[in-house]
Amino acid sequence: MATTTFRTCPDTGLKFFNSTENLLKANAVAAVVFLLVGGLHGLLVGMTRWQAVHLLGAEDFYMVLTAHGLNVLIFWIIFFEIAVLYFASSVLLGCRLATPKWAWAGFALMVIGAVMNNVVVLQGNASVMMTSYAPMEAPPLFYLSLILFAVGALIGCFVFFGTLVVAKNDKTYEGSVPLVTFGAITAAIIAVFTIVSGAIILIPTLLWSLGLVGEIDALAYRLIWWAFGHSSQQINVSAHVAVWYAIAAILFGAKPLSEKVSRTAFLMYILFLQIASAHHLLVDPGVSSNFKMFNTSYAMYLAVMASMVHGLTVPGSIEAAQRARGHSAGLFTWLRKAPWGNPTFSGMFISLVGFGFLGGITGVVMGAEQINLLVHNTLYVPGHFHATVVVGTTLAFMALTYWLVPVLFRREIVMKGLAKWQPYLFGLGMSGVSLFLMGAGTLGVPRRHWDIGFAATGGITHDFPAAAYTMLALNGLSVIVAVIGGAAFCVIIVGSLLFGRKLGDQKMSEQWIADPVTDEEYSANGGSAFAIPGTVVLAMVFFVSFALYYFINWKYLAETWGIS
Amino acid sequence: MSSLSPPAKKLWWKEPIHKSELLWISLVFVWGLVMTFMMPYWHVVGKQNLGTDTYKTTPKAFQAATEAFVEKYEVRKEGPRNYPVVAPPAGGDVYLIARLWDWWPIVELKKGETYRFHLSSLDWQHGFSLQPANINIQVVPNYEHVFNLTPNETGEYSVICNEYCGVGHHLMIGKIHVVD
Ligand code: HEM
Ligand SMILES: [Cu+2]
Ligand SMILES: [Cu+2]
Repeated sequence: MATTTFRTCPDTGLKFFNSTENLLKANAVAAVVFLLVGGLHGLLVGMTRWQAVHLLGAEDFYMVLTAHGLNVLIFWIIFFEIAVLYFASSVLLGCRLATPKWAWAGFALMVIGAVMNNVVVLQGNASVMMTSYAPMEAPPLFYLSLILFAVGALIGCFVFFGTLVVAKNDKTYEGSVPLVTFGAITAAIIAVFTIVSGAIILIPTLLWSLGLVGEIDALAYRLIWWAFGHSSQQINVSAHVAVWYAIAAILFGAKPLSEKVSRTAFLMYILFLQIASAHHLLVDPGVSSNFKMFNTSYAMYLAVMASMVHGLTVPGSIEAAQRARGHSAGLFTWLRKAPWGNPTFSGMFISLVGFGFLGGITGVVMGAEQINLLVHNTLYVPGHFHATVVVGTTLAFMALTYWLVPVLFRREIVMKGLAKWQPYLFGLGMSGVSLFLMGAGTLGVPRRHWDIGFAATGGITHDFPAAAYTMLALNGLSVIVAVIGGAAFCVIIVGSLLFGRKLGDQKMSEQWIADPVTDEEYSANGGSAFAIPGTVVLAMVFFVSFALYYFINWKYLAETWGIS
Repeated sequence: MSSLSPPAKKLWWKEPIHKSELLWISLVFVWGLVMTFMMPYWHVVGKQNLGTDTYKTTPKAFQAATEAFVEKYEVRKEGPRNYPVVAPPAGGDVYLIARLWDWWPIVELKKGETYRFHLSSLDWQHGFSLQPANINIQVVPNYEHVFNLTPNETGEYSVICNEYCGVGHHLMIGKIHVVD
């Protein structure tokens, strides 16, 4: 029998059922632990790629890079996403979690998978990178650990769907689910597709590494692996966009400018994003140009459109709410008056801007069939995705955590002064990582490469321009700033859990969730409730940067050798 | 009612869309069309469109074809590894092997001429990364990828590997010369 005791949070009025609460805590703590582990590996990687420092030897470097990718991209992100799913269902809909036992089983599998994976990788003979491209082979336990983790995550998704059904049956809400829950549903649907693709590729690969299957076709492996690898990134995008909307509501009482537009944009992620994996195969043999163009454009630009819509509506909804609450002067008073000292806001806003300007633009540009020739497998690629999945997703999750810890654990955040600066340190450090890796990539520097000085090749070398070495050094410096920011986050959160002042049933001194902006407030705003001139100006700046950068790259492409 | 609660208006899909949103959606949609158009457009007017001819092969067959190519057009040996330098006729075929951990052989091309490259791997996946021209192509075992390259400047070019291929990945470097 599922337990149905709950408490009502004195600060937010949200209902936390016991079982939900414990699962939220467990998943969030596991997430932070793996972020810490993965981030430290990132530090070692960055310090090795800085050629003047060159910290690790080659074998250690490749091992540590493998561990980095898996710990942060898979374990940190997915543990946190499971927490987001439980929050968006059980907490926001105010119902009990369906089958907490299964949820714990899923959690246990995920922990076992993640720990096992780290043990296997750190033993040193599974340095195959997270992509583990066949026919490069890892020990069977490597694939098995990922499969266990994925099964655990899949169980989490079904517990989430089950909880939606519980809420519906128990009639704990009226009408349609909240937008944030809708975003979470998007993420969970994509997650199911993702995990199924993952199973289709990882199970045969496991059998092959056990010697039970003769051969894995390298091209088929890439095609299916990326159906999994690509769509897993769409889970992240859907989840962090949902978090953006949540934070806009928490801090400003904002509602979407239009439910219809925002929900349709989420729906477009499901329809168009996950099948658009060919942009990982743009310079592969055996894939036709027609397929590449169709798959990146028809499918991808509609998904890009969805992200650009969220990119307008999230800040737009904040602007509308701020204007309704009196910050209506000029173009940007609403933004200037935002709580920049609150890490929940600053983190969310840096995430939004970094994801759009650094991650979004570069991703679309390198996803053009021909332009991909210039950047495939260079450091440009990790540069791009540190803007999307680190500045974008990771920072958004961090921002939400600052808000969640006092609500969930009933403890105050410790080291508030440091917490104030943490999003800036992490966000700016990571933006530096992203920019300088992309800079190095533009100069041709390969990713996942221990020595671009070619010291051990017996005299056959290539002279990368001095600027490439400078980029790697600047990247190294940014890595240090980012790691300080990342470590600060882990210390603050773990510190708060252990030593934060206990809040008990008392209300905090600050208001922890804004009252929703009312219709009267909206319409008091000069009669044009949803006029968002400031956001429109920002959006135009974005658009112009996008278009310029896009065409500059075509020009750059035109200068290289003829290829046909 | 905020984004954390069910929409206040039960028939939210009937609510009008504000004009800033409509404007942005239209702009973004047109931009998507422009970007979609650019790729086929470049296939017509651009000079950089990677060919996609691909044939199933085996490491053995590909190695044999490359050896025959070397035997036919070898002009000298070069470098610390004493690798053959192969100068195929303008317009001719070029075979290049990727393997753990080098590229074989060295190739000598003429500026402004077009060559038909055949690229495959004898073992794992590799990444053909021509520097400083910055052309990057995935190399996959058991598939022979055939495409044309037309050098537009003379000089010594390096082929480095940019797909991780094990502990010797960073040792993997080859050369292409372009002469007048
Ligand atoms: C402070 C934290 C971090 C630092 C300093 C850092 C730094 C780096 C560096 C320098 C690379 C190496 C690029 C190369 O040589 O190919 C890398 C790769 C990577 N990073 Fe991070 N990173 C950090 C956090 C993250 C986070 C939070 C994520 C994901 C959520 C992430 C995902 C990845 C992935 C997926 C790779 C590619 C691994 C591969 O090529 O298989 N990183 N990181
Ligand atoms: Cu290689
Ligand atoms: Cu390699």
